Order: sequence, then C-alpha cells, then structure tokens
Amino acid sequence: MLKILNTNHSQLTTHMFEEVATTTEGDLVINVGPQHPSTHGVLHLLITLSGETIKNVEPHLGYIHRSIEKMCESLSYRQFIYVTSRMDYLSSHINNHGCALCVEKGLQIEITPRARVIRVLMDELTRLASHQLWWGAMAMDVGALTPFFHAFREREAINDIMEETCGARLTMNYIVPGGVMFDLHPNFQNRVKEFIRFFKTKIDEYDDLVTGNIIFQSRMKRVGYLSKEDAISYGCTGPTARASGVSCDIRKLYPYEVYGNLKFDEIIETGGDCFSRYLVRMQEMRQSLSIIEQLIDNIPDGEFQTKTKAVLKLPKGEFYSRVETARGEFGVYIISEGGTTPYRIKFRSPGFSNLSALNHMAKGHKIGDLVAIMGTLDLVIPDIDR
Amino acid sequence: MFSLEGITKSIDRWLNSTFHPTLALLLEFLIVGLCAITLFAVLGLVLVLMERKVSAYMQIRRGPNRVGPGGSLQTVADTIKLTMKEGLTPDGADKFLFNLAPFVVLTVAMLVLAPIAFAKGFQLWDINIGVLYISAVSSVSIIGILMAGWASNNKYSLLGAMRSGAQIVSYELSAGLSIISMVVLTGSLQISDIIASQQNGWWIFKGHIPAIIAFVIFIIAVTAETNRAPFDLAEAESELTAGFHTEYSGMKFALFFLAEYVNIFIVCAIGATLFFGGWMPLHIGNWTGFNHIMDYIPSSIWFLGKTFFLIFLIMWFRWTFPRLRIDQLLNLEWKYLFPISMFNLLLITVMAIMGWHF
Repeated sequence: MLKILNTNHSQLTTHMFEEVATTTEGDLVINVGPQHPSTHGVLHLLITLSGETIKNVEPHLGYIHRSIEKMCESLSYRQFIYVTSRMDYLSSHINNHGCALCVEKGLQIEITPRARVIRVLMDELTRLASHQLWWGAMAMDVGALTPFFHAFREREAINDIMEETCGARLTMNYIVPGGVMFDLHPNFQNRVKEFIRFFKTKIDEYDDLVTGNIIFQSRMKRVGYLSKEDAISYGCTGPTARASGVSCDIRKLYPYEVYGNLKFDEIIETGGDCFSRYLVRMQEMRQSLSIIEQLIDNIPDGEFQTKTKAVLKLPKGEFYSRVETARGEFGVYIISEGGTTPYRIKFRSPGFSNLSALNHMAKGHKIGDLVAIMGTLDLVIPDIDR
Repeated sequence: MFSLEGITKSIDRWLNSTFHPTLALLLEFLIVGLCAITLFAVLGLVLVLMERKVSAYMQIRRGPNRVGPGGSLQTVADTIKLTMKEGLTPDGADKFLFNLAPFVVLTVAMLVLAPIAFAKGFQLWDINIGVLYISAVSSVSIIGILMAGWASNNKYSLLGAMRSGAQIVSYELSAGLSIISMVVLTGSLQISDIIASQQNGWWIFKGHIPAIIAFVIFIIAVTAETNRAPFDLAEAESELTAGFHTEYSGMKFALFFLAEYVNIFIVCAIGATLFFGGWMPLHIGNWTGFNHIMDYIPSSIWFLGKTFFLIFLIMWFRWTFPRLRIDQLLNLEWKYLFPISMFNLLLITVMAIMGWHF
C-alpha cells in the first residue's frame, strides 16, 4: 500500500527525507487527514506506527493546491496581490506586503513615511492575531479546549480594528504597490490603544492558564527536538528556527520599512523542542505589542499612497523581496519580461520548509507528540500548497 | 430527618398483602427496573446539559440557550435527533460485536447502580459485599470498549480501545486501593454500614491526612477510569478523532455517551458515599443545635449535593487541563499513584488498628 502511494505525486515530498518509509510486519499505517481535527486543514499525513510509536511520517500535499503562482502569471501587478491574501490567510497583510515590496523594488518607487508606518502597524497586528489563533489551536491540540475561546476573544478585537480600516476581516488586500489602499479610519489609533491596554492583561492570563501548567510543560518539553544544524538544513525559518537558536528574523537582518528604526528584540531560544517554539511565539507577541506601542502615537502625516501609473509595468529583470510573516520568511520572486503581467512568480512560503522537518522531529515519539509538534509548527495548509 | 424509607416500606407492604409473595417480588423487580431506566435517562439529560453549561461558563460563552427555558431542553432535542439518525455498521466490521458493545457498556453502568444508596432507605440492593461488587462489575465495562474498538475495523478505534484498556486496568488498582483504605476504616464492605459509620463525621474529616490523600488519589483514578480529560486518551479528539466510538452513529453512539455520563455519576456517588458520608448530613462533634438544623435537610439532597459537587470537580478538570500522553499516563499510575496509595493503605491500616482516627 505504501509503495503505491509512494510513486507519483508524493515523490515531490519524499526526496526531502533522509530515508524512505519501510514497513515491517506488525506496523500500523494510518492516514491522518486530509480530514482530521488536528491537521488544521487538508494536510494528509501517512504515518507508520509501531504500537503507539511513530516510525515514519510522510506528508502528502496538494489537497488545496490552487496554482496561485500560475494564476499570478495572467494577472497584472495590481491584481495578483489579491490572490496572495488567500495563501497564508492568517497573515494576509504580510503576504500583501511582501508582494508590494517586490513590485515597488521593480518600479523603483519610494513610498511615503505614513504608508510605511501604517504597513508596519498592520503587519504587527496581523502577527498578533496569528499568534493568538496559534496559541488557542495549539492548546486544543494538546487537549485543553478552553484557551481556544480566550484566544478568539482577543483576536476578535483585532479583527474589528481591521474591519474598520480595511473593510475586511481575513483577506484584507490593504497593502498595495505604492502604499496602502485607504487612509486609516479616524478611530484606529484609539481602538488600537484600547486593545493594547486590554491585551496586556490578557497575555499574562495566557501564561497563567497554559504556560505554567505542569501537564502542558511535560507534553512540550523534550518533544520534537530540532537541532540548529537541522533547522538550517531543512530551511526552517521564523519561530520554528529561532527556537533552535538560528537567528533568522528578516525584520532584524534585512530591515524593511521602518523596522530598522524600531526598538525590539529578536527572540531566540536554544532548546529546540516544542516548549522553546512555544516560548518564542509567546515572547514575540509581547515584542509585537511593544512595536505597536512605539508607532501608534507617531504616525506621520501625509499621503497614504504615492502616485503610480494606472497600469504598472515592471522593467525586464528579476526581483526578489522578503518579509517576516508570523510563520517565518516569506519570499516573492518575480521574473519580468517588461510586460504588464509577471512572466513567472515564485513564492517562498515558510510553512512548506517547516513542514519538511516534521518527519525528523516526530520520529520515535508518540502519536500525541506528533499532534503537539504540528501545533508548534503553526502550519497553515494553503500556505504550504498555494 | 425526612426519609423515603416510609414510602418504600409501605409500597412493599401493600404489594405483599395484595398479591402472592412471588408475584409481589416480580412486580417490585419491574418497578425498580423502570425506576433505574428513568433515572438513567434523567441523569443523561441533566449531566449533558450540566457539562455544556459548565464548559460554557469556563469558556466565556453562554452555552445552549435556545431550546426550552435557558436551553434546558437542549439535550432532549439532541436525543430526538440521535434516535432519528441511521445507525451505520461499517463494512468489514464484526457486526455482532459491533452492535453488542454499546449495550455491554450500558448494562455494566446500570448494574453498578444497584448498591448505591440515594437517600435514607432508598437503595436497590444492600448487598453485604457492596464495595467489592462495585469494583468487580465496573471493570467489565472495559470489555465493551475493547469490543467496540476491535469490531469497528478502524485503526483509530483500535488504538483508542488499546489505550483505554491499558488505562482502565492500571487506574483500577489505585481506585481499588483507595476504596479499600476506606473499607479498612469502616470494617465493612456493605454500603449501608459504611454510611452508618459516618454518623458523627465524614471519613474525609475523621481519617486525618491519609483519608484526604486517599480521596485525591480516588478522584484522579476515577477520572482516568471514566475516560475523562485530562485522561481522555481513549477518545483524544485531536489525536484519534473519536477513539473507540469513531464508527458509531445515531443511538449506538448515544448509548456510549449516556454510559459515560452515568459512569461519572456512579463514581462520584461512590466517592460521596465513601468519603463524604453518602446521604449522611454534616455533623460536627457536640454542636447539637447545628447538627439538628442539618438533620432537617432531606437525605436525598445531601447525597445529590455531594455527588454533584464531585461531578462539577471532574468537569472542572476536563475544561482546564491539557491531555496527558499515554506513557506519562501510565508513569503517573505505576510510578506515583500506585506506590503512594499502597503506602497510604498501610498508614490507614495502622491508624485503624491503633484507633487513632476520631
């Protein structure tokens, strides 16, 4: 059975692993997904078990592949940004941001200071919302159902702020080449300040509710170890790699917009296990809060969008830009032939590389650990499949 | 003290005077059976609603609030929905065992109900080995769960059943040991004797710290035995979708569900009987005035109050704790709970022999 499944489409994924699955007599091969409560989407894992112990995990992708990269080739430089909101739907602002940066690089336009600050504010709010959802979903994966509702209460506040300014709650399409689509809503500053005050008390509550729990810690510590070398060789980025001691925050290493002028820390843990990944994300929420605090009273006046031509044409050449999403490094690679549409687009999504380390991390652990590891990887399946 | 004893006695007397003694006995069987089944249905409805309301309260939401006043008829509506659903039997399943399993689990839950004293003089069967009977019969339910897991022909179900088997067999030890420690203090296996021995104080107060340790171990062990979070590995939604009852639908699923809640009620009732004096009111030493006021509260209220307090405790666990992993679960039992309860039993035995308890 495994051999048949190993042939066609899964060849794409099997080459990433050092060894191909071998089943022996008495092993149990189980399909986790494509419909499963803890894969958070249509991820299909073929796991080989010996009793409860995992011998091999083989992710099968493609259940939500919408050929976004191919679609972008027939869309203009203004249009293709709308599609990217649908990739990693939990950080749609940041996806839009990466694409807008790449197009602006090609057009060589400078955006206004106001637009820069608005973009960073939106990015950080998105990161907070994404981490909140992750926190709730991950707690649910290890069996605690209540945190999910608490996380959603706070995420709802961010969604309301977004709704006022962008007109959307999930796929914002707010950041466009040349700036942002609309100016901020007059209530924006007050509501964000209110949210910061509210969330500062709640994030301590998060720690009280989950972080210190002895069962939670025993489920997280020494589980899913990923060494620094492995994190680099699997191409892991974002909190997943930073928990293994790899410094890879694009906001620090290659600052874009106003990140260079801001005071914030790159969170690096050296444990490499699930608990380190958890701690990195929890501390990142506090860093995002401090970034928002620094900017919210210092939004410069001026235009929110620079004047651009009605039809954008990138000069012939190759352009690459990268941003730090909630899950890691998101890269946009555009090849232009000089026309109104890109010749080829490639997105480097963080989820795909992070998922590739799953087999390495889960081997030898129990089924419950696999679910915990997947929770701390913070996978968003449309981001992996695109 | 109000008591239902008068009512049950008078019914018994009336039946015996009107009918032949054998027929009267048969009629009593029938009445008792009907009562037990009604109690089952009512318990299921009340406990499911209670669980949903408790979880809603903990999760900052309202819970069911549309069907009936305050959502009180929600579980009735759910039951009607479940009875109308098709009871699927999957292809390749062992049809006989698959369909038998829910009834085994439910029947066991019903049997354990027999020796429990709901109020003064309101007990189905005051057998002289009551506690032994309870621990013996309740361990049969694992057979039903294994049957369900094996017969479903589903790997998730099989894993869930295997986990459940390992879990229930292990945790029965410490549950049994903490029950035995209370039996040592009482000197009797009969439920009515155990309750009577707590006339002037419940064992949890009279038995010093060892009794409290026994109670804590008992609560942990029964939470595991009833497959409740944080020990809900047999169902483990995020890992095994629904564990051993993945393939069950309609009324067959409802029977498992019902059995789970009735089991919770039963273990809490046993806990209340052993540690909190069953229907015995709260009596404090020589405070005659206080004791007198307490006596005016009906014994059934005392029993249900204690039981529902313990049920709330178990529900509280479920909605706050993450789930343990299977090896951590077994470690907890074999490396911590089992040795502690062994030592605790020793302490209690010494205490009982020397008469150190109040």
